[in-house]
Amino acid sequence: MSEAVAHDDHHDHKPTGIGRWLFSTNHKDIGTMYLVFSLIMFFVGGAMAMVIRAELFQPGLQFVDPQFFNSMTTVHALVMIFGALMPAGVGLANWMIPMMIGAPDMAMPRMNNMSFWILPFAFTLLLLTFFMPGGAPAGGWTMYPPLVLQLGDGFPFLIFAVHFLGVSSIMGAINIIATVFNMRAPGMTFMRLPLFVWTWIITAFLLIASMPVLAGAVTMLLTDKYFGTAFFNAAGGGDPVLFQHIFWFFGHPEVYILVLPSFGIISQVIPTFSRKPLFGYASMVYATASIAFLSFFVWAHHMFTVGMPLTGELFFMYATMSIAVPTGVKIFNWMATMWKGSMTFETPMLFSIGVLFMFSIGGFSGLMMGITPVDFQYHDTYFIVAHFHYVIVPGIIYGVFAGVYYWLPKWTGVMYDEKLGKLHFWLSTISVNVLFFPMHFIGLAGMPRRIPDYNTIFTGWNQIISIGGFAFGLSQLILVWVVIKCARGQGEKATDQVWESAHGLEWTLSSPPPFHSFTTPPQVTDATAHS
Amino acid sequence: MSDSHGAYYIPEPSRWPVVGSMALFTTFVGAGLFLNGVTPVVLYLGLAAVIYMFYGWFSDVIKESMGGNYNHQVDISFRWGMSWFIFSEVMFFAAFFGALFYARVYSVPWLAGEGAKFATHEFLWPDFQNVWPLITTPDMTTALTSHFTLIKEVIPAWGIPAINTAILLASGGTITFAHWALKKNNRKALVLWMAATVILGAIFLFLQAEEYIHAYHELDLKLTSGIYGSTFFMLTGFHGFHVFMGATMILIITLRCLKGHFTAEDHFAFEGVAWYWHFVDVVWLGLFIFVYWI
Ligand code: HEM
Ligand SMILES: [Cu+2]
Repeated sequence: MSEAVAHDDHHDHKPTGIGRWLFSTNHKDIGTMYLVFSLIMFFVGGAMAMVIRAELFQPGLQFVDPQFFNSMTTVHALVMIFGALMPAGVGLANWMIPMMIGAPDMAMPRMNNMSFWILPFAFTLLLLTFFMPGGAPAGGWTMYPPLVLQLGDGFPFLIFAVHFLGVSSIMGAINIIATVFNMRAPGMTFMRLPLFVWTWIITAFLLIASMPVLAGAVTMLLTDKYFGTAFFNAAGGGDPVLFQHIFWFFGHPEVYILVLPSFGIISQVIPTFSRKPLFGYASMVYATASIAFLSFFVWAHHMFTVGMPLTGELFFMYATMSIAVPTGVKIFNWMATMWKGSMTFETPMLFSIGVLFMFSIGGFSGLMMGITPVDFQYHDTYFIVAHFHYVIVPGIIYGVFAGVYYWLPKWTGVMYDEKLGKLHFWLSTISVNVLFFPMHFIGLAGMPRRIPDYNTIFTGWNQIISIGGFAFGLSQLILVWVVIKCARGQGEKATDQVWESAHGLEWTLSSPPPFHSFTTPPQVTDATAHS
Repeated sequence: MSDSHGAYYIPEPSRWPVVGSMALFTTFVGAGLFLNGVTPVVLYLGLAAVIYMFYGWFSDVIKESMGGNYNHQVDISFRWGMSWFIFSEVMFFAAFFGALFYARVYSVPWLAGEGAKFATHEFLWPDFQNVWPLITTPDMTTALTSHFTLIKEVIPAWGIPAINTAILLASGGTITFAHWALKKNNRKALVLWMAATVILGAIFLFLQAEEYIHAYHELDLKLTSGIYGSTFFMLTGFHGFHVFMGATMILIITLRCLKGHFTAEDHFAFEGVAWYWHFVDVVWLGLFIFVYWI
C-alpha cells in the first residue's frame, strides 16, 4: 500500500530527450507539438502572403513571375488551412478536452501521436513540389480540373499530401469522439460539457463525414491524369463540374470544421470575463449542431456561376441563407452573455469580442454572396477574398488567439505579459481591417482574384492593402515573443484558477497541470460543471 | 510497464506512430516517383515499411490485450473508433457512388442534349446519345480520334456478379456463425466457420479477377472506356481491395483463434473485423444494384 502511494508521488515522471516528443502518448505534449507546428506553418503561409502582397503593391509584374505568383496563392491557402488552422484547433482540443472532461488522456494516445506526426511529413511532401519540374501547385487550392491536371511532376505529390492530411484528420477526429463519448468523468453528462468540447464533437463528425469525400475527389483527379479515367472529362461522358460538386461537398463543411472550435473557445472566454454563465447553453449546442447539419446542403453556393439548373441555384441560395438563423442564435447568445455582466477586457476577451464583430462582417458578406443573382457580380473577385478572410482571420485565428491567451497561464504556470497581449490585439485589429476591408471595394469594382497584375485604377487601394498586410504580419511577432516568454517561465506565477471567475474542471488542476491530467476521475456536479 | 490510473489505461510511449508516418511518407514519395516514371523501388520499400509498422503495432496491442491490460473502458473506446472508421469508409465510397449517379442523372443526359445544358451537345457532339451503359463516349461520335476505348460489351449482372453476391452474403452468414460459436465457446466450430469465411472471400476475389481479365481481353471494357469504365473499375476495384483487406484481417483473426486468443466474453478484435466484413458486404450490394444491375 505505502509502496503504491510512494509510487504515485513520483507519477509525474516524464520521458526525457527527443524520445519524449517522437514517441509521445501524452495529450499535453502532443497538443504542444500541434500548436508549435501550427505557429510555424502560420509564418510559412504568412511569408507566402507577403510575396503576394509585395507583387500586388503595384500593377504590372515586379518580383515574381505569374506562375510562381499562382503557386503562392495556391500553397498559401493549403498551408494555412491544413497546416495552421486545423492543427491549431486539434492542438487546443488535445490540450483541453481531457482536462475539461476529467480524463487522464485521449482515448487512443498512440493514434493521437500518429495524427500529429503525419503533419510534418505531409507538408514536406507538399512543399517538395517547389523543387520539382513544373513547380508547386498553381491552379488554386480548390484544385479544379482541367487546370490542375496541367501541373508537372508535383501533381502526384499534391494529391498524396491531401490524402495524407486526410488520414491525420480522420484519426484525430475519431480519437476526439471516442474520448468525449467514453472518457468523461462521472457526472459529466453531455449537457454539462463545456461548449468547447461540444463544438469539437460536432467538428469531429464533420471531419469524418467530409475528409473521405475529399480523398475520393483527389483520387479521381489522379486517375484522370495517370490512368485515363473520364470522371472530369466531358469527352468521355464525365464533367469537370462534377469535381466542383464533390470538392465543395467537402469544402463547405470544412469551413465549419475550421470555425466551430473558434466558436467553442469564445463560448468559454466570454462568460469568464463577463462574470456570468453562458446565456442559452442548450440553444448554443443545438445551434452548433444545426449549423453543422446544414453545412452539408449548401455546397453549390461556391458554384453559382458554373451554370447549374435553375432549381439548383434556388435551392442552394435558400439553404445558404438559412444558415444565418442558427449563426444568429449564437451571436445573440454571446451578446446576451455580456449584457449587464461585469466585464473586464483582458487579452482573451478582446480577441473574443474581435471575433464577434469581425466574424459578423464576414457573415454578412457571405449572406450577400449567397444571393445567387448578385453573386454573379461578386464571384471570383476580391469581394470573396474579403469575405473569407474576414471569417478566417478575425473569425477563426482570433478565436485561436483568444484560446491561447486564455489557457497559456494554465499550460505554462505563468501569466503572459498583458501589455504585450493588448498591443498584439490592437495592432492586429487595426492592420487586419486595413488589410481586408478595402478588398470589398476593389472586389465590387471588379478586380479578379488570383491574378498577379491589375488595372491601374485599383493601385491606391492595393497599396493600402499591402501596407495593412505587412503590418499584420509583423504584429504576429508579438505573439511569438509572448509565448516564448511564458514558455521560459518569465512572468508572474499563475494561480490554479488563473481567471477570477473561470469555471470548469481544467481550472481545478494545478498550473501547469500534472503530466497525466486526472489520475482519478473527479466527480462532477451541477455546481462544478461549466455551464 | 504501463501506467494504469485506477480505471484508466494509458499506453507507454511507442515508436510505431512515428515509424508509421515515415513509412507512409516513403510510400507516397515512392508512388509519386513511380507515377513520374522514375522508379518503383521506393514505393516497394515504403509498402514494406507500412506492413512492418502494422505488424509491430498490432503485436504490441495484442500483447497488451493478452496481458489483461485492457479494461471495459478501453474496449468501448476501440468500438467507437472502429465504428467511426467504418463510417469514414462509407463516405469514401459515397464520393464514387456520387460520381456514378451524377454521370447517369446529369452529365450524360446533358451531353446528349437534354435539359438546360444542351449547348455542349449542339456545338461539340450533336450525334451523341444518352444510353446507359455508355458504350460510345461523346468524342467517339465525331470523325476525330477518341481518347477512350470503345466497349464491345459490358458485364451482365446475372453472371459472375450474381454469384459473387451470393458468395459475399453467404460469407456474412459464416462469420456470424463463427461469432455464435465463439460466444458458446465452441472453438472448433469457430475456426471452421472462420476458415469458411476466408475461403469465400478468396473465391470472391478469384472470380472478380476472372471478370476483370474477361473485361479487358474480350470485352474491351477498360478503365479507359470513358465514364462507364471509370466508375465501373474504380468502384469495383476499391471494393475488391477492401475485400482483400477484410479477408486478410479475418485470416489473422482465424490464426489468433487457433492460438487460443479471445474468450466468449472478450473479443473486440473479432467483432471489429466482423463489422468491417459486413460493411464490405453492404457496399457490394450497392455495387451490384447500381453498377451491374440497373
Ligand atoms: C464559417 C465561416 C466561413 C468561412 C471559413 C468561409 C470561408 C469561405 C471561403 C474560403 C470561401 C471561398 C472559397 C473559394 O472559392 O476559394 C467562401 C466563399 C463563400 N462563402 Fe463563406 N465562409 C464562412 C461563412 C459563410 C457564411 C456564414 C456564408 C453565408 C451565409 C458564406 C457564404 C459564402 C459564399 C456564398 C461563398 C461563395 C462566393 C463566391 O464564390 O462567389 N460563408 N467562404
Ligand atoms: Cu461555403
